[in-house]
Amino acid sequence: MSDIKRYKTEPLKCWGKAKELRANYYKEYKEAKSKGGICWSGGAEAIDVIPYAFGDDVHSLTAEPYAAAIAFDPEFAHRCESALESKGWARDMCAYMRNYWGSVLIDEYAFGGPFPKPDFNLQSGFCCTHAKWFQVLSLWEDVPYFNIDIATIPFWKEEFPNRLQYIVDQMHESIEFIEKVTGRECDDERLIEGVYNDSRTTSLWAKITELNQNTPAPLDEKSMYSLYVFTTLDRARKEFVDFYEELYAETKDRVDRGIAALATERFRLMSDSQPPWAFLRVWRYLEQFGVVSTGSIYTIGLEGVWDIADDWSLTPREDLKSRGVELKTRDDALRAMADWHMRRPIYAMFYNADWKSKLMMQYAKQWNCDAAMLHLNRGCEGTSLGIMENRAALIKTGLPVLTYEGNMGDDRDFDEGRTIARIDTFMEGLGLKKLT
Amino acid sequence: MITAITAGIDLGAKTVKVVILKGKEVIGRGIATTGLDQKKSAEKAFDAALKEAKIDLKDLDRVVATGVGRTEAPNANSQITEVGADAKGAIFLNPAIRTVIDIGGEEGRGIKISPEGRAVDFAINEKCAAGAGAFTEAMARALERPLKEFAELALKSTKSIPMNAQCAVFAESEVVSLIHAKTPHEDISRAVHDSIADRIISMVRRVGIEKEVLLIGGVAHNVGFVNSLNIGLKLEVIVPEYPEFIGALGAALVAAEQQE
Repeated sequence: MSDIKRYKTEPLKCWGKAKELRANYYKEYKEAKSKGGICWSGGAEAIDVIPYAFGDDVHSLTAEPYAAAIAFDPEFAHRCESALESKGWARDMCAYMRNYWGSVLIDEYAFGGPFPKPDFNLQSGFCCTHAKWFQVLSLWEDVPYFNIDIATIPFWKEEFPNRLQYIVDQMHESIEFIEKVTGRECDDERLIEGVYNDSRTTSLWAKITELNQNTPAPLDEKSMYSLYVFTTLDRARKEFVDFYEELYAETKDRVDRGIAALATERFRLMSDSQPPWAFLRVWRYLEQFGVVSTGSIYTIGLEGVWDIADDWSLTPREDLKSRGVELKTRDDALRAMADWHMRRPIYAMFYNADWKSKLMMQYAKQWNCDAAMLHLNRGCEGTSLGIMENRAALIKTGLPVLTYEGNMGDDRDFDEGRTIARIDTFMEGLGLKKLT
Repeated sequence: MITAITAGIDLGAKTVKVVILKGKEVIGRGIATTGLDQKKSAEKAFDAALKEAKIDLKDLDRVVATGVGRTEAPNANSQITEVGADAKGAIFLNPAIRTVIDIGGEEGRGIKISPEGRAVDFAINEKCAAGAGAFTEAMARALERPLKEFAELALKSTKSIPMNAQCAVFAESEVVSLIHAKTPHEDISRAVHDSIADRIISMVRRVGIEKEVLLIGGVAHNVGFVNSLNIGLKLEVIVPEYPEFIGALGAALVAAEQQE
């Protein structure tokens, strides 16, 4: 083993802070009402800046990360799934939605105590499940509900003013909705501040993940799964902007000093889709072969905002303030936010397999990947759309590709033994042996 | 120079196979049903192969294990994956082989191999028995026929009947319905084998089908399936003399290389 190159490695200094921020987020939601504040729930999409404008004591529970937290605890997830299935709901629906619904049905909050009922639900429907997710929940919980329909395609190549207007109009209506259900007025100055913060958080995440183009990679994807979550929680909040400023500086410093996420990095992988959350140890298993997973279009582009050039090359989009975008009115803020989030690469997954293939090929090129490992994710029809087409496109470029079947939120769809056997076979074909 | 004696053991879901080589010449083969005690089953297969080779266990210079239970294989010095072993065995049998189809008791695999015998891509059936040996056995039981007889019946069929079921359990219900509809058993057998062949072809197309194509694994003994596969692929697959032993042969060849 002495001939194996070893990079310097060290733990992330801001790891403890990340854990604390996440724990506080879920605690604040739970305690919001008892402290006289407001709590609301909805998808981890482009709209949390709107409730942010209603005060510092307004706290969210964003649905997908909450459902992923449930998935990480299979015992709890099984009770949620079982409660839902016993009411006749099908097992092949969105796994995140099922976990969330189950938690409401059994009246247990993944972070202790009964499920804290929100004051209202606010959703943005950009996949076919999203709108129904909170429509059904709002009936069960008997709370008001507003849905913003994002029925449009991304704005990378061409901007569509009428489509943007369609979203902006609904955002205006959502403000009226929140004013009515909370009895509070929207603070437009706070809205503008939130929009700037939101663009900064999501731009910073893109910049952080861009640094993983370096060899050795300063971050491994398993850790990135814990770090990207802040773009999906309450990204308009100053503490999340500050955290990403700190993480960006630390990651840059790791690159400058040649600090690796994996000391034995010798092979670079890209992944796809949400991971099977109950089995993140698979990523550690890969490391035994000297394989580092650098990320994926999902990891960098779920909430990270990028400029996508005509040749599909990816560059982090500078935040609104850095771009000199001046926001003076509520309409300016909402329009800028809608336009901003329509540029996320994640939309490729939901709209066009060919676009996604092109982005994946570009990712492999820019992040210097040697192979890809794609998750045939039974839990999310959106991110799984066209994966076999993506596989074929990547293979055509000469990139070896492994697919495995699983589910981000329901561990019953994942066979760990078989997946490990597949990885062993894939590694053997690549000529990689275990280092440890 | 003393010629090394090596062995490969393939601990599969249904059977355990052992191949013993002297140099690169096969001198013994042994097979046993995989029981609850994998170790005991492996020992049985070893005993049979050693008996045929007329040697003792202590005469083996090196043993390499493969198969789903390879980590439990007794006497093994190292391991190789099923895909790697299949590729090795296939190219040894015929250097022109570029695609290997391996259908075992519970798993079906398609493997694309390089001229050097390296597996460059592979596809494996997911958590479903409908494209594997266990499926044909279940269907033969539904028709109350021995497996060999059930397979041969397909060759007498004059009519192609599509089967709709994608699942082994539901397919059994469909077979029962066909029996009640007084469908000739020959046509039912053909329908079952066509449906398995369709699933396998669809899976193997993911890695690309390039001639020559070698069919291995226990299901390669099933003449009904081979016929359906040939029709579906529009080519003649090569079936070796001992198709179920190719994985173990590949493992034994790896052992021989390692011994060198």
